Amino acid sequence: MLKINNLQAAIENKSILKGLNLEVKAGEVHAIMGPNGAGKSTLANIVAGKEEYEVTGGTIELNGEDISELAPEERAHNGVFLSFQYPVEIPGVSVTNFIKTAINETRKAKGLEDMPAKDMLKKIREKSELLEIDRKFLSRSLNEGFSGGEKKRNEIFQMAMLEPKLAILDETDSGLDIDALRIVANGVNKLKSKDNAVIVITHYQRLLDYIVPDYVHVLHDGKIVKTGDASLALELEAKGYDWIKKELV
Amino acid sequence: MELKDKLLSSYVAFEDNVDTNSEVHEIRSKALDNFDKLGFPTKKLEAWKYTSLNSVLKNDFSIFPDREKAVELADVKKFFIHDIDTYKVVFIDGKYSSFLSATTHENFDVCLMSSALNKPKYKAVIDKYFNKVAKQDNLTSLNTAFAAEGAYIHIPKNTEVQKPIQIINFTTGSEPATMLQPRNLVVAEENAHVQIIERHQSLTSNAVLTNAVTEIFAAKSATVDCYKIQNDNLNASLVDNTYIDQKSNSVVSVHTFSFGGNITRNNLNFYQNGEHIDSILKGVTIIEGKQHVDHHTLVHHIEPNCESHQDYKGIYDERSTGVFNGKVIVNKEAQKTNAYQQNNNVLVSDKATINAKPQLEIFADDVKCSHGCTIGQLDDDALFYMQQRGIPQKEGKGLLMFAFANTVLESVKIPEVKSRITKLIANKLGVNIGFEL
Repeated sequence: MLKINNLQAAIENKSILKGLNLEVKAGEVHAIMGPNGAGKSTLANIVAGKEEYEVTGGTIELNGEDISELAPEERAHNGVFLSFQYPVEIPGVSVTNFIKTAINETRKAKGLEDMPAKDMLKKIREKSELLEIDRKFLSRSLNEGFSGGEKKRNEIFQMAMLEPKLAILDETDSGLDIDALRIVANGVNKLKSKDNAVIVITHYQRLLDYIVPDYVHVLHDGKIVKTGDASLALELEAKGYDWIKKELV
Repeated sequence: MELKDKLLSSYVAFEDNVDTNSEVHEIRSKALDNFDKLGFPTKKLEAWKYTSLNSVLKNDFSIFPDREKAVELADVKKFFIHDIDTYKVVFIDGKYSSFLSATTHENFDVCLMSSALNKPKYKAVIDKYFNKVAKQDNLTSLNTAFAAEGAYIHIPKNTEVQKPIQIINFTTGSEPATMLQPRNLVVAEENAHVQIIERHQSLTSNAVLTNAVTEIFAAKSATVDCYKIQNDNLNASLVDNTYIDQKSNSVVSVHTFSFGGNITRNNLNFYQNGEHIDSILKGVTIIEGKQHVDHHTLVHHIEPNCESHQDYKGIYDERSTGVFNGKVIVNKEAQKTNAYQQNNNVLVSDKATINAKPQLEIFADDVKCSHGCTIGQLDDDALFYMQQRGIPQKEGKGLLMFAFANTVLESVKIPEVKSRITKLIANKLGVNIGFEL
C-alpha cells in the first residue's frame, strides 16, 4: 500500500525527516509514536502533500506509484486521507455541503457522475449514526465553534464518508474525553478491512487500547529508530522515550 | 468642449421640455448653479481621494440620447428577475419603455417620475419629498438639475406591496457614449412595505456614465428593502447616490451586489429621524481586471434607541481596486445607539488594492458602536484542508470565497433574488457549486 523509502524533508531549510523508511501493507494498522518535535506531524503532512515542506530526498509510493509530485487533491483521489491534528474552521460551508462537495469532486476525478442525492443522504445518515453525530450538527459551519472532541469526530465522519485506502490519524485522540475516544475508535475499527490501512500517530498508548496496532514504530529525530508490536507501546507508556534515546547512543 | 460646459450649455434645451413654472424647476435651477460652482469631483476632495472619474469624463457623452432603438424582450429577459411576478419600471436610454414595463396605480403608485412631476394629483407628494433628503453635493446637484425621468413609487399607509418592483435602466449604445441622470423617488407611508430591485444595464460595449439619485422616505413603521444588482459591461460606469430618510420604528435595508462595470461609486446615506429605527447596509463586491468599486456609506444616528448594521465583503482579483469608507455619526442626543460595522476584504492577487476606512464620530456617551475591518488573503491552511478531502485547488478557492461572501446573502428576503445572486457569484468566481449555500 504505502512504501516510504529514505525520505528526507525540510521546512525553511530546517531538516526534519532524515532518511525515514516505512512500509504499510493493506489490512495493517501501524502506530507511530515519539517525543514532541520528532517529525510525526511532518510525516503525515508530507504524505498528504502539504506544500510548505520540501522533500529533499527519497520516495513515497502508494500502490507502486510515486505520489511525491502529486497535488494534495490528487493524493486524496488516490485514497489518502489525513485526519488533521487541528481541523480548520471554514465558516459559511456546512458539514453536509462540504462532504458532498468532497465526494463529488473525488467522483468527478474518477470520471464518475455525482452521487445521486438519495444515496448521499442514506450514506450521511448511516455514517453519522456510526459516529453518534446529531443531525443538527451536520448543518453547522464546518468546524466553526466545534469543541475539540466534535472536531475529531467530524474528521472520522468524513473518513467514513470518503472510505480512503490509507488513513493517517494525526493525534486524533488529543482533546477527546473517554466516551468520545471510544466512539472515534469504534468508528475507525468498523472501517478497517483487508483492503485498507491505517496509520495512527499518537503520544499516548490509550488510543491503542481501542485501535490495536499490528506494528508500533518509534520516530525520533526524523527517523524510525525502533519497531515492535503492540507491547512496545505499553513499554513506552511505562518507561518514556529516554531509554530508546540511550539505546541509540 | 469639456463635459461640464456641455452640460451647462445644454440646460436651455432641457428647459424646453419641462415645466419651468414649477417649484421643482426652481430646485433644478438652483442645483445647476451649485453644479456650476462645484464642478465634477476631483481627487482633491477627501470623499473622492481614491476614486477618479477623469478617464470616464473624457468621453464625448451624448447628454440627451434621443435616437429610438428597439429592444427585443428576448434579448433583455435575462436581466430581469423573471421567475416571479413583479412590477417593472423600465427605461431604454433614459426613456420610458411601456413595452417592457408593468406599472400600476391600483392602491398605490408605481409609475414614472415624469408623470409625477407634471400631473397635479402628485403635486402634494412631490412638494413634500422631492429633493428633501438628497445632499447638495456636486453629482447629486447635477442629477437634480436634469431630474426629469425615473421611477416614482408611492405606497400609502398600511399597504403591503406583494410583488417586488424592478427598476431597470438599459442603454443600447445608439450613441458612442451615453450619459444618464435617472431620478427615483420612493415614499413608503406609515406601516407600508415595499421591495425594490434596481439594475443598470448596458447592452453594448459603448461607454456609459450613469449618475443616479434615489430618494427613499420610510415613514413610521414602514419597511423598505432595496437590492442593487451591479453587473454591468466593462465600459459602463455608475455613480449611484441613495438617500434614505427614516422615521420611528421603520426598517430599511439596502443590499448592493457589485460584480461588473468599469468605475462604480456607491454613495449610500441613511438619516435616522426617529427612535427605534433599524438601518441595514450590506454589500458583496467581486471584481477583477481594472475594475473599481467604491462604497461610501453614511449612517447618521440623530435620535436615541436606534440600530444600524453594516456588513460589506469584498473580493479583489488582478489589478482591481476597491474602496470602503463607512461613516457613522452618533449625535449627542442619540443615546442607546447600537451601530455595527463589518468590512472584510480578500485580495486574491498581489496587484489588487483596497482602501478601507471606518470612520466613527460619536458624540453620545451611552452607545454600543463596534466596527471590524480585515484585509487578507485566502487561508492556505483551509485550502490544504479542502484539497486533502479531494476538492481541487480552484474549486476550493471558489468555495472559500463563496463562503466568505455568504453572510451577506443570508439577509436577502426574496428567494429568487438570492438564487440569482448565488449564480452570479458562482459564475464570477468560475466555480460550479452543486448546492446553494
